[in-house]
Amino acid sequence: MIAQSIVEERSSTAVPRMDAAVANPVEINDLTVAYRDNPVLQDIDLTVPEGKLAAIIGPNGAGKSTLIKAVLGLVPTVAGSVRIYGKPYAQQRRLIGYVPQRNSVDWDFPTTALDVVMMGTYGRLGWIRRPGKAERDFAMHCLAQVGMDGYADRQISQLSGGQQQRVFLARALAQNAHIYFMDEPFVGVDAVTERAIVALLRELQRQGKTVICVHHDLDSAPDYFDWVALLNVRLIASGPFETTFTADNLRKTYGGTMKAAIEHFQHFEEDRRGSRIEN
Amino acid sequence: MGGLIELFSDYTLRNVALGSALLGVVSGVLGCFAVLRRQGLLGDALAHAALPGICLAYLLTASKTPVVLLLGAAVAGWLATLLILQIVKHTRISEDGALGIVLSTFFAFGIVLLTFITKRSDAHQSGLDKFLFGQAATLVEEHVITMAVLGGAALGMVALLYKEFKLLAFDAPFAASLGFDTNVLSVLLTSLIVIAIVIGLQTVGVVLMAAMLIGPAVAARQWTDRLGVMIIIAALFGAGAGVAGALISVSDEGIPTGPMIILSLTVIVLCSLFFAPARGLVWDALRRTRQRAALAK
Repeated sequence: MIAQSIVEERSSTAVPRMDAAVANPVEINDLTVAYRDNPVLQDIDLTVPEGKLAAIIGPNGAGKSTLIKAVLGLVPTVAGSVRIYGKPYAQQRRLIGYVPQRNSVDWDFPTTALDVVMMGTYGRLGWIRRPGKAERDFAMHCLAQVGMDGYADRQISQLSGGQQQRVFLARALAQNAHIYFMDEPFVGVDAVTERAIVALLRELQRQGKTVICVHHDLDSAPDYFDWVALLNVRLIASGPFETTFTADNLRKTYGGTMKAAIEHFQHFEEDRRGSRIEN
Repeated sequence: MGGLIELFSDYTLRNVALGSALLGVVSGVLGCFAVLRRQGLLGDALAHAALPGICLAYLLTASKTPVVLLLGAAVAGWLATLLILQIVKHTRISEDGALGIVLSTFFAFGIVLLTFITKRSDAHQSGLDKFLFGQAATLVEEHVITMAVLGGAALGMVALLYKEFKLLAFDAPFAASLGFDTNVLSVLLTSLIVIAIVIGLQTVGVVLMAAMLIGPAVAARQWTDRLGVMIIIAALFGAGAGVAGALISVSDEGIPTGPMIILSLTVIVLCSLFFAPARGLVWDALRRTRQRAALAK
């Protein structure tokens, strides 16, 4: 509980309240990204409102991961601009947490779970300064938040895929951010991890944070998120699930002949009616 | 005991031992980062690319001062790195393809220059041919001091930027998202690897220098799951192999040092691969046999 209050205290100092009141967490204008001559993302205009759990959904090769990377300045953009609370990303780094795809790193790297989580504090530390006891304690607290505090000293290759994913999430928590970008956090994880991630997303939302998640599973998307952006190189639609996640929009996103997507959608409609009553 | 006393009283032996120990420590430490970033081959390309640099430095200045020759090597290594990066960026040639092209082109050019120098001057007057396979016996105090200064600077940088280099090696995009300039870090780390190579050129030679980066790191990785420990073990292994190989080669006239060091290193690598506690292949096989026996019961 003490640790919990530390987190909230820290984040309240980290968030520019003034900016938050006037600007949206993420505003993307006319963004175009190309690889050689092929557009990967074209003319993306997207604004994510404060406090949303947002899913970015689209078929393979739609540019979902690229969109996150472009916002974070990790891939060169051809045109367009990105604003974080009304300012360029470079000025707002401290407000952002990033969970890359799990398979983007070599998990046989000689390091421990706790050490990976501490990397989340490196941004605050800046150049040369080493993490100390405060960073270590905070990283332990972040591990505990994803139920991994018992694995702090494990070498990371000895963790299951789901546990590795939770370590990555804990590292993003250690960034103590206000906006979290997550790239496919639900891919290849066990049921325990899936529940842990969902609980974490809800907790982040309760704390007023904004989460933007690349997600591939149309079935679970409406249950886990409350806001969606449908993407296929271009932005097809964005907004709350109720008005955005329609058969028509899904057909546009996945291609008119993609029957599977539509079936998914109908399945979801039925499900949603059921789950609304339960909730 | 007698051998040890002789080692430090004999001027030549002392220089040889100190020089190769230094080279082992520096290449062991930097090799860890090269191996973890899967850049072992880059080290090979840089080492081979150093040869024309050494030859041109000699041709231009007619000086055999180690600082001048090593500077030539460093500049050539640097140019090779830039060339590789540009090829990967602007063509559809993959990184290993680019490494192969640059490595062989620079080395071929170096051999041509070396032949030209050897023919022009009195056969071995230039002494540049020792850079092919290394000749530790030619190490004098001046060389050892140059190596110590360069190596000390490189190790100092690693100590200072340990956190940043670790993050770069593990997850470069994440490092970039935090605001660390990964291009600068990457170029810096590669430059330090160039220094490690330059330090080893006279002792190990351009042909085998890459093994001096890769071997200690690979062996050390078998014994630990912590980067900090791995770096220390790699430094010790590098120094051990360096000193052992150099002393063997000096004991008999005409044995090139590079191959002896690499063979000593191979013994260390093989022992580590087979017998290291957690990852050793021998214990692996034993565990499997026991499990099979337990299951059979």
